[in-house]
Amino acid sequence: MSFRLAIGQAFSQIGRNKVMAAASLASITAILLVLGVFFIVVVNVNNMAEGVKQDFDQIQVYLEDSVDDARRAELEAQIAALPGVAGTAYLTREEALEQWKLKWGENADLLERMPENPLPNSIIIDVSDLDLASAIVAGVSPLEGVEKVNYSQDTVDRLLHVTRVVQIVSLIIILFLIFISVMVVSNTIKLTVVAREKEIAIMRYVGATNWFIRGPFLLEGVFIGLISAIISATVIGVLYHYFIDRWGVDFLLLTSSSFVDEWFLTQNLLIIFAALGISIGACGSIVSMRKFLER
Amino acid sequence: MIEFRGVSKKYGANIGVDDISTSIGDGEFVFLVGPSGAGKSTFVKLFLKMIDADKGHIFYKGYDVTKLTPRLVPAHRRSLGIVFQDFSLLPKKTVYENIAFAMEIVQRPTRVIKRMVPQALDLVGLTKEANKLPNELSIGEQQRVAVARAIVNNPDVLIADEPTGNLDPETGWEIMRLLEQINRRGKTVLMVTHSREIVNAMNKRVIAIRSGKIVRDERGGLYHPDEDDDPLVCARPSEEALPLT
Repeated sequence: MSFRLAIGQAFSQIGRNKVMAAASLASITAILLVLGVFFIVVVNVNNMAEGVKQDFDQIQVYLEDSVDDARRAELEAQIAALPGVAGTAYLTREEALEQWKLKWGENADLLERMPENPLPNSIIIDVSDLDLASAIVAGVSPLEGVEKVNYSQDTVDRLLHVTRVVQIVSLIIILFLIFISVMVVSNTIKLTVVAREKEIAIMRYVGATNWFIRGPFLLEGVFIGLISAIISATVIGVLYHYFIDRWGVDFLLLTSSSFVDEWFLTQNLLIIFAALGISIGACGSIVSMRKFLER
Repeated sequence: MIEFRGVSKKYGANIGVDDISTSIGDGEFVFLVGPSGAGKSTFVKLFLKMIDADKGHIFYKGYDVTKLTPRLVPAHRRSLGIVFQDFSLLPKKTVYENIAFAMEIVQRPTRVIKRMVPQALDLVGLTKEANKLPNELSIGEQQRVAVARAIVNNPDVLIADEPTGNLDPETGWEIMRLLEQINRRGKTVLMVTHSREIVNAMNKRVIAIRSGKIVRDERGGLYHPDEDDDPLVCARPSEEALPLT
């Protein structure tokens, strides 16, 4: 008897116990599907937050029109000396207008109709540490020649907070779902174990090791978990694909950040689900056998 | 050699065995007798390490069974063969497969299995029944399969728990002849039984247990009426029992 024999036995066990195997397959698949939805939400929220953070790791300092090149160089030097500043760049009002035109795309002609460029010259500060952003704003604002400092600290804080909450809540729900699926699998396997109690008793009397007895049951759990993982990752992948097709553009316009790539996500989902499904199956079978192998 | 030294085991308030000391030499044939609940099964289970002793030591082959870690228990059991009252054959496996199963689960190579199973079948006289399912056999034949399974891994000790309990006298004797034959090949045989006829006819060592204590241990012993099931007898203190020899 070897690994091959254990695999054969695991399959015949699933065969003997079709209804319950199907039931636990369905339960794990359902749980993984819900889990997958949360996973997608978390990944996209993270992605969006990263994008927003990148948008917000810059502080724009509008300069008064009276500021000349010498004063501007002085200002840049003063700003660069502040902690948390990675670098500074000068943006002329003409360059700023060009950027706006790019951002607005098709609607750029609205800007053309302006009688004159409404934008001021500005210095762009790259922030190395978002936590220091408020201190930089406070340090720059009183400097001579600064008209206004443009930075939305509140938005960033709120966004980071929301992201944190979404992550924690999802994590709790995911852990809860994993716990439930371990229970479901262990109950299914317990039925197979009970059906083979006599066989297990003989095995123990003759001197089979616990791991030898556990093997086929463990594999049964692993198979059920793996198949559930493949089914649910495929379903989630397909649904996500259609979702992006249908709403991807709207989302882009709404948040100016795009969905996480579907192939990248589906592949990762498959790996994560496979790992999860296998561990759920394995844990379930070990839990269910514990009592029968005590001695 | 099997040696029990001051072994006690309680189940809550109930006594399983109480300060038992005895030893069984290699190649001996021993009957373990006593009323139900006297501690015979506890004795066997302790030796198999199916339960843990509260006190005392059980020495076997130079190690202390009571000290075995769970990892070492399977190896211990492999040196013992066990026959149960209810045969414990797997109904969906053939006679051959039932015996081979005992070798498969201790991971013996296939060629060894192919050589040993026919030998065991030959010993119990069931070569022709190899491909039958257990329910196609008589009860006596089923028990012989169980004996074949118990000895196929070549254990040093054969433990038989009421092996004739479910058999008619004639079939019971078949099994006894088989056990005696195995004993003559040098195996230690420890048999738990209630059968007066068998104990009296076999003229072997008899260890009688009552209320968890060994009340009699004699070579060529006979079965005493006290050893019959009787709740009143069971409840009586062991001091009134027959003296130890």
